[in-house]
Amino acid sequence: MNGKLNVSSSPHIRDKVTTSNIMLWVVIALLPATFFGIYNFRHENAWLLVVVTTGTAVLTEYIYEKLMKKPITIKDFSATVTGLLLALNLPPTLPLWMGALGSVFAILVVKQLFGGLGQNFMNPALGARCFLLISFTGRMTYFVYDGVTGATPLAELKAGEAVNSMSMLLGTIRGTIGETSVLAIMLGAMLLLLLGIIDLRIPGTYILSFVIFICLFGGHGVDPQYITAHLCGGGLMLGAWFMATDYVTSPITKSGQIVYGVCLGVLTGLFRLFGGSAEGVSYAIIISNLLVPLIEKVTLPKPFGKGGER
Amino acid sequence: MGLLTFKGGIHPDDGKSLAKDQPITDVLPQGNLVYPLSQHIGAPATAVVKKGDHVLKGQKIAEAGGFVSAPVYASVSGTVKAIEKHLNPTGSNVDCIVIENDGEYNEVEYAAGKSLEEMSREDVLQAIGEAGIVGMGGAGFPTRVKLSPKEPDKIEYIIANCAECEPYITADYRRMLENTEELVSGMRVVLSLFEGAKGIFGVEDNKPDCIAKLKEATKDEPRMEVKALQTKYPQGAERQLIYALTKRAINSTMLPADAGCIVDNVETLIGIHHAVIDGRPLTERIVTVSGDAVEKPGNFKVLLGTCQQELIEAAGGFKKEPKKVISGGPMMGFAMITLDTPVTKTSSAILAFQKDTVEECTSTPCINCGRCVEICPSRIIPSRLADYAERHDEETFTAQNGLECVECGSCSYVCPAKRPLKQSIGSMRKIALANKKKK
Repeated sequence: MNGKLNVSSSPHIRDKVTTSNIMLWVVIALLPATFFGIYNFRHENAWLLVVVTTGTAVLTEYIYEKLMKKPITIKDFSATVTGLLLALNLPPTLPLWMGALGSVFAILVVKQLFGGLGQNFMNPALGARCFLLISFTGRMTYFVYDGVTGATPLAELKAGEAVNSMSMLLGTIRGTIGETSVLAIMLGAMLLLLLGIIDLRIPGTYILSFVIFICLFGGHGVDPQYITAHLCGGGLMLGAWFMATDYVTSPITKSGQIVYGVCLGVLTGLFRLFGGSAEGVSYAIIISNLLVPLIEKVTLPKPFGKGGER
Repeated sequence: MGLLTFKGGIHPDDGKSLAKDQPITDVLPQGNLVYPLSQHIGAPATAVVKKGDHVLKGQKIAEAGGFVSAPVYASVSGTVKAIEKHLNPTGSNVDCIVIENDGEYNEVEYAAGKSLEEMSREDVLQAIGEAGIVGMGGAGFPTRVKLSPKEPDKIEYIIANCAECEPYITADYRRMLENTEELVSGMRVVLSLFEGAKGIFGVEDNKPDCIAKLKEATKDEPRMEVKALQTKYPQGAERQLIYALTKRAINSTMLPADAGCIVDNVETLIGIHHAVIDGRPLTERIVTVSGDAVEKPGNFKVLLGTCQQELIEAAGGFKKEPKKVISGGPMMGFAMITLDTPVTKTSSAILAFQKDTVEECTSTPCINCGRCVEICPSRIIPSRLADYAERHDEETFTAQNGLECVECGSCSYVCPAKRPLKQSIGSMRKIALANKKKK
């Protein structure tokens, strides 16, 4: 034996799962919703906005890290996830430069300036969406489907009009690029659930507490049609399965995740029923993101041998 | 009903098929034998031989250096060549007795043992202590001390740790199959010390043949029971094992005896059998030699003090140059810088690997995924504790239960960011425990 032996602290084996393959799976899970959106809004050239927004996110990360002489981390796909999620949260008619600006805001301001991956205190994609909503309210709430401008089904619902639940389930409605098709979103969510990348704790409690909230305060009682319309409308499904479950901005404690889910459900209900606009998911998530440190503080688990073994 | 287990834990590739079906074979040492004076937790033993002395196999060469200590015996006959510093498997340079093997294996005459019925409690404990028995699963706590709790009447369960949850190691597995009688006899000896106690053999369900064999061997033993445990790492960790079998949970400030339990592993119980029933001191143990760099993985009965290099040769040498050689299991064992170290009382395995997985991993920032929290058997938050440890925040580390860590390494194993969580937490624990002692 001539070669030197390696020495390191135990354990000497590691699981195959890495940050980049988790992120890559998230990108793959977003593809059904992405492709549906691109098809659904083909007349609006949604594909271009998706490409520009995602590309800008990755490029921003690359340039920032290059300038700051930091290790380049675009291979971990986290910037891709952020860019793609932002694109799916934008109306298909948004000018490309606005999408790009959103990406720069998400990566530069929300993520990198706070220390990069793992350090951001709110979901970068949603932070950027809210930034765009405030800055360009008109363009961000301008929805078109099949060349016809109008309100989203959720807004119609709020105005007391009847909506078609079936087309909301399929996604052939007005909305942001990736939020319209519940079916496509669920397809991706199922993949993440099966792979164990997400679990039901956050999305489950989120959706459940939201349903309870609108049954109590929606003025329709337990009306399946009303509930279905609320569940399939707006960004609830995309938010619950893909953004509320963001590891970095959700609690690490198991019981904290349940508290967090309830916060999301209640806030979404509040904003949708009593707020000025029809939608409330984005704000509910970023506000709950801010509550995470507090939630974690009060939900610290008990260790083994001190009650935590059960 | 699900299988007995605990919350958390991981399922790494177990690699046991490499050596599992290889019966135990004897290895006779060629070169010198090296006996560290400290192969246990507690005070080092004191040498009772000097350079040039001729010793017989089974002769005491070092006596216990205190109450929490254990004597050391020669495993061959020969001449004491030196008492000097030598590297042990964990990488420390420690005092060792070096004996030149004369190849004769002349043995001392062992006093004919009394039967168990004739022996008093004190006789049995004396025999176990004198034989140099320590916890041979890896911790090396002197068994005599473990078997002398403050309130012996409160001991309800004697648990035989037959989990063998570390990947690759099959030494206990072979012992259970090939030396079932001795194992049961060892349990009988321990049970004789605690009248009210029940003996439980806790075996992971990936060893159904052992479960069947033990059930057969204990069918006429009303005080013994065999229980199947879910196969999961770290099922054999003391606290997790006690909980799985009794639903009693102890924390870091308690001893198993506080939950009415005493835990001994397979090799230790067999050592107890030989010490009490045959009157023979501890001079050998089973070591698994395995890993993808080893030509013919197997299980060997090795005389303590044998150079690890000789064990690799007994297993056919290396088929490819290893990158990493581990004394013990891949989860909690020690990576060695050289094979020129002796087999000690706590060496359960030597594993040699062509690749070093750890070397290929680069640590990236925590993404807060919670996998470490999900699997932590101590139910603490490894990622946060590692943060506190890395910024030397001992106060928060202790306040958030960092001392409860059992250093099983499961968190480092699952971390997708490949952070060395266990290493950070373990280092801080050492500091915090030392400071706690000072107060």
